[in-house]
Amino acid sequence: MNPKTISYIIKRVILAIFTVWVVFTLTFFIMHAVPGGPFVGEKAISKAAQEALEAKYGLDKPLSTQYFTYLNDVIHFRFGPSLKQRGRMVIDIMGDGLKTSAKLGVIAAFLALIFGVVLGAGAALRRNTILDRIIMVLTTAFVSMPSFIMGSLLLVVFAIKLQVLPANGAASGGLILPIITLMLYPMAYITRLTRSSMLDVLGQDYIRTAKAKGVPAGKIIFGHALKNSLIPVITYFGPMLAYIVTGSLVVEQIFAVPGIGRAFVSSIINRDYMMIMGTTIVLATLIVVMNLVSDILYKVVDPRITLE
Amino acid sequence: MDSNLKKLSMQINVDDLLPASEQEKEYMVKMRPSTTAFQDGVRRLKKNKVAMASFIIIILITLSSILIPIFWPYKYEAMLGVTPGQPVDSSFNNLKPFQYSTSEKARIEAGESVFPHIFGTDSSGRDYFIRVVYGTRISLAVGFFASIIVLVIGLLVGSVAGYAGGMVDIIIMRIVDVIYSLPDMLMVILLASVLREPLGKAMEGTVMEKIGSNIISLFIIFALLYWVSMSRLIRGQILSLREQEYVLAAQASGAKAGWVITKHLIPNSISVIVISTALQIPNAIFTESYLSFLGLGVNAPMPSLGSLASDALNGLKSYPYRLVIPAIVISLIVLSLNLFGDGLRDAFDPKLNG
Repeated sequence: MNPKTISYIIKRVILAIFTVWVVFTLTFFIMHAVPGGPFVGEKAISKAAQEALEAKYGLDKPLSTQYFTYLNDVIHFRFGPSLKQRGRMVIDIMGDGLKTSAKLGVIAAFLALIFGVVLGAGAALRRNTILDRIIMVLTTAFVSMPSFIMGSLLLVVFAIKLQVLPANGAASGGLILPIITLMLYPMAYITRLTRSSMLDVLGQDYIRTAKAKGVPAGKIIFGHALKNSLIPVITYFGPMLAYIVTGSLVVEQIFAVPGIGRAFVSSIINRDYMMIMGTTIVLATLIVVMNLVSDILYKVVDPRITLE
Repeated sequence: MDSNLKKLSMQINVDDLLPASEQEKEYMVKMRPSTTAFQDGVRRLKKNKVAMASFIIIILITLSSILIPIFWPYKYEAMLGVTPGQPVDSSFNNLKPFQYSTSEKARIEAGESVFPHIFGTDSSGRDYFIRVVYGTRISLAVGFFASIIVLVIGLLVGSVAGYAGGMVDIIIMRIVDVIYSLPDMLMVILLASVLREPLGKAMEGTVMEKIGSNIISLFIIFALLYWVSMSRLIRGQILSLREQEYVLAAQASGAKAGWVITKHLIPNSISVIVISTALQIPNAIFTESYLSFLGLGVNAPMPSLGSLASDALNGLKSYPYRLVIPAIVISLIVLSLNLFGDGLRDAFDPKLNG
């Protein structure tokens, strides 16, 4: 690796760490700016009881002390107790949710990638045929449909009208509909990305050279064209994860999937501030890290890309 | 081919030296009046059938969302079964499309004409058609105003960074970098969930109360987070335009900064600005419906397409059309705005195509 690449990576890592810190600080101060603090929703609470609660959670200390205590806690993966689910720690709730959500997200991302690349390459190789047109019309439709609408429509059609798939995400096979909902948008996006970059690659001189020297078509497609047209797809990894994370918030809500997204949304509704802070920080860090990885990978994979 | 061969032979082609015939002269005359870049763009846009169809759909949806509430006999917030001083008539609730309540049936029997509930009514007995129309109006308005906010802030910050350069530029661009890498949706949800309560209290009794705290917090969120890509775009545009030869030529012939800005920089970046604002609108509508769906959008009883879809989830088994209708409207709006924005981009700025 040349020194320019290394300095680029270092710059990006520093920016990412800084961003995570900004997210943390913003989250902390936004949460504490709420009038009345975390116990605002509690009914009929005496002043003494409220003071006792605040002392228990350290909310009576000065804001700066609270900030550094919480920062230290978060660095050591301690997110404190849940304020609404008494006796449970935020980290445990998140851990339980993450297992389901990760399964959902990883499968959706994987399927989106496979179908997206296959459809995109197919559309590019059969350019301007009926197949290409159908693929482009469908992907345009998928790209402009919000995930909650897609999810609700799938729910109506497959779980309620046809009754072929369960509507409840916790049932067996219940993850099928949420996975389809989550994968359609990234799949459509990857299809379009692969198609345009494949068309670009197919027009390159080295493809013509390969054809001219008699390389079989299959080898040209898989060995030269597809390999090189996948490079732009790498840049989409980060945004895809961000989409899947935010998409899962509503999708888990629609299908009642017991994941971290649903925990996040219900913590907002219940005003469980410890939970909101913890979830925001964890999910935001995940997204920032994924963006970082996909950016660096992109620059490392394609040596032609100039580094700023 | 023939004449090329002759050229290769280095012989002079005598035909080339003959005076031009009338026919040739006519061929050389400019037949069309000269067009401006704007007219040219409009001509290209008119040729784009997809973009024009989308444009017509947008106009139709916008006009009907403005005009229909004026003459529609039902109000979006009116619970039809509730009349002051009388018990609640629950036969108005959950009507299927084109069904009538008991009292309306009685009126029809008596020979009165009753305006039909085209999409039925919701669980509180409110006419669903007018709620969808009103929700469309809210969603469009939110998208439009949010984009204007983004445009104004992005334009200000971007042009300051571009003109000033140096330290100011570096600091602004680092801030932009950080906001750009923030996970926007998470921040939006966080801000929306926190802002609604203090805003609601602050706005009590003012004109703003009618708009609702959630919409205002939505605008604040857009003002805080979404200006960054616009400001980046405008800064880049100004930086590259400043280096153009015609700007140098203007400066060399003694043009003042004000002249350069108004005559060269603004007219040349206006198409980029308009196009990205147009593409921002569906984004804002998307975000608004997403937040409304999570219960962080507009305040009840005001409907938006997202909150209508979200409300419909409760009675999904019996009334799936209540979800399908706003879903279709939202997808239609977002799709046609996107396609129209793409058409605008292709017509007015082929350079942006990427």
